[in-house]
Amino acid sequence: MIVKPQHARLDSLSLDCGASLAQVDVVYETYGALNASRSNAILLLHALSGDAHVAGISEETGKPGWWDNSVGPGKAFDTEKYFMICSNVLGGCRGTTGPASVNPATGAPYAMSFPVITIPDMVRLQKKLIDHLGVERLLAVAGGSMGGMQALEWAVAYPESVVAAIPIATTARHSAQQIAFNEVGRQAIMADPDWNEGNYYGGKPPGRGLSVARMVGHITYMSDESMREKFGRRLREKDRYGFDFSVDFEVESYLRYRGAQFVERFDANAYLYITKALDYFDLANGRGSLAEVLGKTVARFLVISFTSDWLYPTYQSLEIVNALRSRNRDVAYCELTSNYGHDAFLVDIGEQTEILRGFLANTYREKC
Amino acid sequence: MLKMSALIQTREHPFVREILGRSDFAIIGGLVEPNTKVLDLGCGDGELLEWLAGNKTVEGRGIEISSARVQRAIRRGVSAYQGDIDQGLADYPDLAFDYVILSQTLQETRHPLGVLKEMLRVGRHAIVTFPNFGHWSVRLAHLFSGRAPKTRLFPHSWYDSPNIHFLTVKDFEELVRQENWTVERKIFLSGHHLGRLLPNLMAEVAVFLVRP
Repeated sequence: MIVKPQHARLDSLSLDCGASLAQVDVVYETYGALNASRSNAILLLHALSGDAHVAGISEETGKPGWWDNSVGPGKAFDTEKYFMICSNVLGGCRGTTGPASVNPATGAPYAMSFPVITIPDMVRLQKKLIDHLGVERLLAVAGGSMGGMQALEWAVAYPESVVAAIPIATTARHSAQQIAFNEVGRQAIMADPDWNEGNYYGGKPPGRGLSVARMVGHITYMSDESMREKFGRRLREKDRYGFDFSVDFEVESYLRYRGAQFVERFDANAYLYITKALDYFDLANGRGSLAEVLGKTVARFLVISFTSDWLYPTYQSLEIVNALRSRNRDVAYCELTSNYGHDAFLVDIGEQTEILRGFLANTYREKC
Repeated sequence: MLKMSALIQTREHPFVREILGRSDFAIIGGLVEPNTKVLDLGCGDGELLEWLAGNKTVEGRGIEISSARVQRAIRRGVSAYQGDIDQGLADYPDLAFDYVILSQTLQETRHPLGVLKEMLRVGRHAIVTFPNFGHWSVRLAHLFSGRAPKTRLFPHSWYDSPNIHFLTVKDFEELVRQENWTVERKIFLSGHHLGRLLPNLMAEVAVFLVRP
């Protein structure tokens, strides 16, 4: 399945910070076909470093999508049955308007003049896209990590438009620890002299800072077990220590490689903006208690967490689930066993696939 | 009392054939009014809730401790929550359900009285089924072996049994009186047969429909 991105230009978007964007570009991909009653659309929501290319082979890069193991014919999100939509988030760097985009008012990239955006802002833009595509109700909104936060926000902000919400490995509010890791990443970027207060477009990007940010992030996506299994204390192409600060261990080599690879495809300012949106995320903020907020939703929920995910631990999923149960909302919840840490929702998908398939099929049969 | 024809009809359903040996499922199907909200504690693979949803248009929720069983329940479309019955009810508001079902699990809970009270807080009715420790086979097994009884109903050895509280029909009825609850229906089963005679001695499984 070769996929190519599509583009929509949407009119003004008002933001939580008080500012508004005069025009917004959205880049998205779709898979499968919308049925005649328009009742089989699923919005997939990507995580921090993800993008709209969720499945199939990208016409542009030749690479498979980030959830290609879960989206396609006969997979958890079955493209034979459902119409899938995934868009790049607001503030990102894959075509949807973000700090690297040209500000139409100045003709220059926004850089740090881009307004600080939030998860609700991202969702508001997605709603505009869905309206633009002529879809009134989504069979499901689904995503892991930041995608899960968007799924929660969708269910709260547009209760009538969401039949089922599937937040995976996520939280209703960022914790001090989660904010702390993001702050380390941001400080690494801003400490890189090439960052230049965000004005590096057309010049040398702050690759060292962004790479360190990504290395920190990667550690939080894995688990002690998965790192022990994958690297242990193995040395990289040597039999003994080098007694210098070149690469000794496999794990160092892996992190450096991942960091360097990330710099090729991600914009440092976008990393600042998106991590800030994550840190600001508190579903209940200004809306009452979490139970009150989730009590107003009408969607059916499927919440999934993973045993070894210490970045978005099970207790955070249980906060969501218990708030829903306290208001007698329809919620299914399961903690899956995995050694893969936070990355489990992307890589350790055996059991998750079966649950998603059954849950979606039942929801489609019962509610659409 | 439940009509035998209704029971037989229910048992012809493929689902009920599959759960032969769980005759209380068929009985519960007969106690639950259609179009109600049901919470099933220890819902296992969600078989009962799926059947109630399909046959009685019941809106069901389940609580189950085992991740593998919760996964199978969710796969069949049941809204199951992975959690512990002893604590898992606390989050539900008062009278959230029409029926709260505890099928063959009361004897496995750590705080049976606490669980029963919670069931009658979150539900208008409680349906409780349990294996009767007063059944003659249990009494005989204990009398003649001089050991913890092992029978068809209680097949486990003392060291690996999930059952931690043993109760008889008489015990349960006494608790109901003590707590001032009302028994709305009671059904006693031996094998797959209904029986009314000397239930404390003859019933293998007891089913009680109770309200506060």
